[in-house]
Amino acid sequence: MDCSRARALVRRFCAGEEDWVDSRTIYVGHKEPPPGAEAYIPQRYPDNRIVSSKYTFWNFIPKNLFEQFRRIANFYFLIIFLVQLIIDTPTSPVTSGLPLFFVITVTAIKQGYEDWLRHKADNAMNQCPVHFIQHGKLVRKQSRKLRVGDIVMVKENETFPCDLIFLSSNRGDGTCHVTTASLDGESSHKTHYAIQDTKGFHTEEDIDALHATIECEQPQPDLYKFVGRINVYSNLSDPVVRPLGSENLLLRGATLKNTERIFGVAIYTGMETKMALNYQSKSQKRSAVEKSMNVFLVVYLCILISKALVNTVLKYVWQSEPFRDEPWYNQKTESERQRNLFLRAFTDFLAFMVLFNYIIPVSMYVTVEMQKFLGSYFITWDEDMFDEETGEGPLVNTSDLNEELGQVEYIFTDKTGTLTENNMAFKECCIEGHVYVPHVICNGQVLPDSSGIDMIDSSPGVSSREREELFFRALCLCHTVQVKDEDHVDGPRKSPDSGKSCIYISSSPDEVALVEGVQRLGFTYLRLKDSYMEILNRNGDIERFELLEVLSFDSVRRRMSVIVRSTAGEIYLFCKGADSSIFPRVIEGKVDQIRSRVERNAVEGLRTLCVAYKRLIPEEYEGVCGLLQAAKVALQDREKKLAEAYEQIEKDLILLGATAVEDRLQEKAADTIEALQKAGIKVWVLTGDKMETAAATCYACRLFRRGTQLLELTTKRIEEQSLHDVLFELSKTVLRCSGSLTRDHFSGLSTDMHDYGLIIDGAALSLIMKPREDGSSANYRELFLDICRNCSAVLCCRMAPLQKAQIVKLIKFSKEHPITLAIGDGANDVSMILEAHVGIGVIGKEGRQAARNSDYAIPKFKHLKKMLLVHGHFYYIRISELVQYFFYKNVCFIFPQFLYQFFCGFSQQTLYDTAYLTLYNISFTSLPILLYSLMEQHVGVDVLKRDPSLYRDIAKNALLRWRVFIYWTFLGVFDALVFFFGAYFMFENTTVTSNGQIMTTNSHMMFGNWTFGTLVFTVMVFTVTLKLALDTHYWTWINHFVIWGSLLFYVVFSLLWGGIIWPFLSYQRMYYVFIHMLSCGPAWLGILLLITVSLLPDILKKVLCRQLWPTATERTQNTHCPDSSPELAPAASLQSPGALGPRPTAALRDAPTRKVPCVLWRSEEYAVLLPTRASPVTVTVPAFCRDAPT
Amino acid sequence: MTWSATARGAHQPDNTAFTQQRLPAWHPLLSASITLPLFFCAGLAFLGLGLGLYYSSNAIQELEYDYTGDADEGSCATCATEDQGRAPPPRCSCSWYFTLSELFPGPVYLYYELTGFYQNNRRYGVSRDDAQLSGLPSALHHPANECAPYQYSAGLPVAPCGAVANSLFNDTFTLWHRRQPDAPYVEVPLDRSAIAWWTDYHIKFRNPPLVNGSLALAFKGTAPPPNWPVPVYELSSDPNNTGFVNQDFVVWMRTAALPTFRKLYARIRQGNYSAGLPSGAYRVDIAYNYPVRAFGGHKLLVFSNISWMGGKNPFLGIAYLVVGSLCIVMGFVMLAVYIRYQDQDDDDNDDE
Repeated sequence: MDCSRARALVRRFCAGEEDWVDSRTIYVGHKEPPPGAEAYIPQRYPDNRIVSSKYTFWNFIPKNLFEQFRRIANFYFLIIFLVQLIIDTPTSPVTSGLPLFFVITVTAIKQGYEDWLRHKADNAMNQCPVHFIQHGKLVRKQSRKLRVGDIVMVKENETFPCDLIFLSSNRGDGTCHVTTASLDGESSHKTHYAIQDTKGFHTEEDIDALHATIECEQPQPDLYKFVGRINVYSNLSDPVVRPLGSENLLLRGATLKNTERIFGVAIYTGMETKMALNYQSKSQKRSAVEKSMNVFLVVYLCILISKALVNTVLKYVWQSEPFRDEPWYNQKTESERQRNLFLRAFTDFLAFMVLFNYIIPVSMYVTVEMQKFLGSYFITWDEDMFDEETGEGPLVNTSDLNEELGQVEYIFTDKTGTLTENNMAFKECCIEGHVYVPHVICNGQVLPDSSGIDMIDSSPGVSSREREELFFRALCLCHTVQVKDEDHVDGPRKSPDSGKSCIYISSSPDEVALVEGVQRLGFTYLRLKDSYMEILNRNGDIERFELLEVLSFDSVRRRMSVIVRSTAGEIYLFCKGADSSIFPRVIEGKVDQIRSRVERNAVEGLRTLCVAYKRLIPEEYEGVCGLLQAAKVALQDREKKLAEAYEQIEKDLILLGATAVEDRLQEKAADTIEALQKAGIKVWVLTGDKMETAAATCYACRLFRRGTQLLELTTKRIEEQSLHDVLFELSKTVLRCSGSLTRDHFSGLSTDMHDYGLIIDGAALSLIMKPREDGSSANYRELFLDICRNCSAVLCCRMAPLQKAQIVKLIKFSKEHPITLAIGDGANDVSMILEAHVGIGVIGKEGRQAARNSDYAIPKFKHLKKMLLVHGHFYYIRISELVQYFFYKNVCFIFPQFLYQFFCGFSQQTLYDTAYLTLYNISFTSLPILLYSLMEQHVGVDVLKRDPSLYRDIAKNALLRWRVFIYWTFLGVFDALVFFFGAYFMFENTTVTSNGQIMTTNSHMMFGNWTFGTLVFTVMVFTVTLKLALDTHYWTWINHFVIWGSLLFYVVFSLLWGGIIWPFLSYQRMYYVFIHMLSCGPAWLGILLLITVSLLPDILKKVLCRQLWPTATERTQNTHCPDSSPELAPAASLQSPGALGPRPTAALRDAPTRKVPCVLWRSEEYAVLLPTRASPVTVTVPAFCRDAPT
Repeated sequence: MTWSATARGAHQPDNTAFTQQRLPAWHPLLSASITLPLFFCAGLAFLGLGLGLYYSSNAIQELEYDYTGDADEGSCATCATEDQGRAPPPRCSCSWYFTLSELFPGPVYLYYELTGFYQNNRRYGVSRDDAQLSGLPSALHHPANECAPYQYSAGLPVAPCGAVANSLFNDTFTLWHRRQPDAPYVEVPLDRSAIAWWTDYHIKFRNPPLVNGSLALAFKGTAPPPNWPVPVYELSSDPNNTGFVNQDFVVWMRTAALPTFRKLYARIRQGNYSAGLPSGAYRVDIAYNYPVRAFGGHKLLVFSNISWMGGKNPFLGIAYLVVGSLCIVMGFVMLAVYIRYQDQDDDDNDDE
């Protein structure tokens, strides 16, 4: 034994992974298996401590500093600071050390606080008491002391302390209910099952007697996957082997419901639990603005280096005359003379770098971070995006991407739950070609006369009567719906036959809708009890079916089956699934009639399912049973084996009929899509649904219109022609008119004839994406992208989750590199949400997985409109101004310093005092731009919402293009020249004589270099702040406060700074400099003049551009400017739906800007498409102008 | 530093103007109709100011003389040739003669001007010890390291230390006036007091505390700067004008912004000369001590008077005139554009 153990150890450490990573073996209750059983490799497991904190008390400072200095910007500033410490530089290390210290400290405090909170949460979690069984007794211990193999008892409403294998519950049937709301957000109760052999151990003593081992895979993060096997040793020598699946696994973080208590054995603990493994953070997304910011930074770094180089070279050229290098009045020390020339040149270079390093300010990073962090609160605060029904508001998971919302070019949206409500209502069923429509279509409510049925076709014969009942039974039995316990329903107990008290819970809303629908048709599913399903038939009798097997649903098969045994002993297999997955497996039934009905329903946008059955004779069932059992017990490739087994079982079916379930469009989904398209965004729908259903939804939400010419790229077509031909044909069609299309596109009126919509399905897509033998796959992709680019809307149906991500990736990396946004609500959208530049989750019915993985989460699809058109637009203009302005103001700041080097013998003399150098970016000019970047609204919220085409003004990173950047930089250079030479000429006479002073009658004193610098600095602070004031379009009291406040602060600070001899300073060069300057009249005149001259070109440019080449935004501003206030009245009346009625045309005439949106989609077009839904007469007002659809 | 907004609970957001971004605000627009009158007004105001500045600057008289002596003219040429050696140069004196045909209106100021002298060189500028200059006894005997190589001289601390103090301008001038051609020259009194900033002279610069009532004893144990012929406590016989509070010294210690600079030497405002310099012949006796040719510089003597806006500086006036006229020109350009645009706008409206 020892020997084998040692060998195992050696194997484990030397032989490598494959031997021990595969699986782990757990001795339940730490009981060794009886001798003779297989020898297991002992493993070391972590304890049950959860560590989500990043730091400990001891490593906080070094680790946090390391983390922070890994950021390139911080590292750069650290280097500058060190250079200042080491060599003799013009500025004291304080000037860069203080801001850096400030930034580092603030960040460290914030991260430290967050980590402290995490520690607290960890401790609370690790110390919470857990009951577990030791020697047949219940013991309370701290959670962190839990070990793998311990048997744990969990009571109702407690959270599982680690991942447990469910052994037994107080319920006789060995089930328990669990909610995983905190794990994946699904609040429905899920049933977990104990295995047959352990479910009888109800008490502590019993469970202590359990002798078993569990083999399972090593922990992996997938919450829904688990394979394992339990060996139960009873008195018999042979252990009983049972398979374990995810239905036997209770996950840490889930909560026990409706069950008094359960016993379980710990298999994964601490950081190995599936919850902990899912903690890992997502990869960071970076916005386009950040990328351009980094490019600009590199440009400025180059400018900085070249400035330093130029100055160093000039210095040595200038100094080549000995009397300049070392004039008699300024001799060097002995050690300086002996210094190596190259070393001197290098330190000079570094000193120049330090002198000019402010051109890349630390504060820009801080301000950008603050802006994003604080700015994102405006999203969460937004009342318009708050959903009253669910009580959910928008969530911001990543504030780094705020401005990216204003740059979106492609939207990829899921259909179910995103465009539609995912609120299913049973519409009709079709049995053998006869259509049944329940009388009352009320979601979740059943009216008393629920048995009424409209027969649309001729009444069925006697034989079909039997089929009909079978169909209803099939619907009643073939599902995984649970009935909520009636014990918890308040009020008097309902009689069982009324069926009203049943509340169905399921992970799939379709199933609930079907079960409810069938209830209205007379068959009520009552409950599942002791693996017997009870249904109430039309005659009020209870029928019992023994549930033998469930062949659960998966998205590959797209169907599910149950095998049941009726009381008469007949064994049925009922199968329910998508038409495409049922029809090929059918051998009997009225396939053609049902297929036509299914297709008709699909065109109307209904979700269809087909139902089939087959009768199994007992021998067949034995075979099936064995097949399933073998697959279920398999430890490896269980999924695959199960799939194969299902494939074998679900064949030779007899078609019964089809159902149709309606999924209503979300409120204002069509308006939103229309607005987004008008904003120049291309909307693609990616769905797993079938083509007809999806296309109908697209029509309903006006993605496709009457004039849209649909291009199909589907498997059916490819079967007829080769992919090559289809693609070329399509591209020919599209490209022929592409010229006119792009023009229309920009005019915002795409009612033109040449409006294309593309429909592609998953299979065709994978053909396009598949690399060809000759490796020229890029060819098809390019062609495909070309076609897509020219289509106004694209619908991708039959998409697997991974294919959704693939599409997003394809567009993302196409040659224009457009910004993509993915929106979805389900777990199947997570991959595309993670892939897209911006991922938005709809806080929907299918759980929170999408919302958790997204960058932003919104309650409804309609909120996307405000999110992009208003918030995105605002954030983009705010941050782009912030970035440009920061570069501008630092050019203004540093360029005079550069110029001054030419007049001070390249001696690295600073122009400004240390305090000014330090405080310029962190206090004199920081607040106005921060508040600007939080508050600015160049046009009003309502205007942005009303006129989506304004979004095009900022498309393609318009405000951070090179042209704009160069304009700002040159403006900065110009201003710097004005400041410097203005002051220079005031100090230096232009005429023959020269004087180095300004004299006044009252204080005829001469001014030195510090006065010169202070003059330049004063002009600069005023100019830079006033430039921002010129750019501000939205002056709230806060803007007034910070803009005038920081100017005042500058003046007060300067007065104080110069007014006192500060005891802690070793120099007093600023003493009274500012006050003396202000006591001199020409200085005032000069300041006034220089500020005016610096601002003039920008004012001129603004006014001329506005007059000559106004952008759409500026036009809107002009028309909404306050002095044309009469226009505001109709605008306001248009907003309120009540005021619209009397004279909508007048309102339209008065407000010219709104003419574009209102011309477009009349509802008749929509009505023509779907004649059954909307009556064309009722709606003549442009649909989007209505506040809510009637 | 990645910050993210924490998820708020699912409760109704606050409905305030701030959180909903609906704060009342003023929406200014830089449209032509607003800026046009602004441009014209600003242009006119600037023109007016510019004219005033220009004329008052032109009214200021200046008289200057380059006495470096490298042009081989004037009596200072001989001194110039002698100063080939480095500091301290040999003592030499020379004179400058000039005549005024009419009254040079007062108050008249006498400046010296140096060119090519980089007082704004960084190493030069920091080479001083403000603590020492504020009279701190400890700093007096332990000058700051920045003062090197003028920190210690022969083992004794230098007071005042540093390059700035060491290179103190030490030419002196006396002004003589002769009303009639035969009359003897009369010395014009030069007022050398209050030529420095009041705050510098009274607060920033302080002598060390006297020892036994003697300034010389207070400076005991220190050495004068190497270039100085006299120790700091002998700069003047006036006890209020010697040591660190010597006016010339204080003026010199305020380093100039540019390599060409003027510093005030004296004011002429006493006796008969309070109204200015009357016509007649003048002579300036110059004690030529300060070597400037070594670094290619020049030294000049300047007589000037001032107006309400300070010394002679035509720049400000010209700049105001230029900017004012630019504003008006731009105003007209904008007017043209505005009228054209208005027409277009009307056409657009007609089309609708």
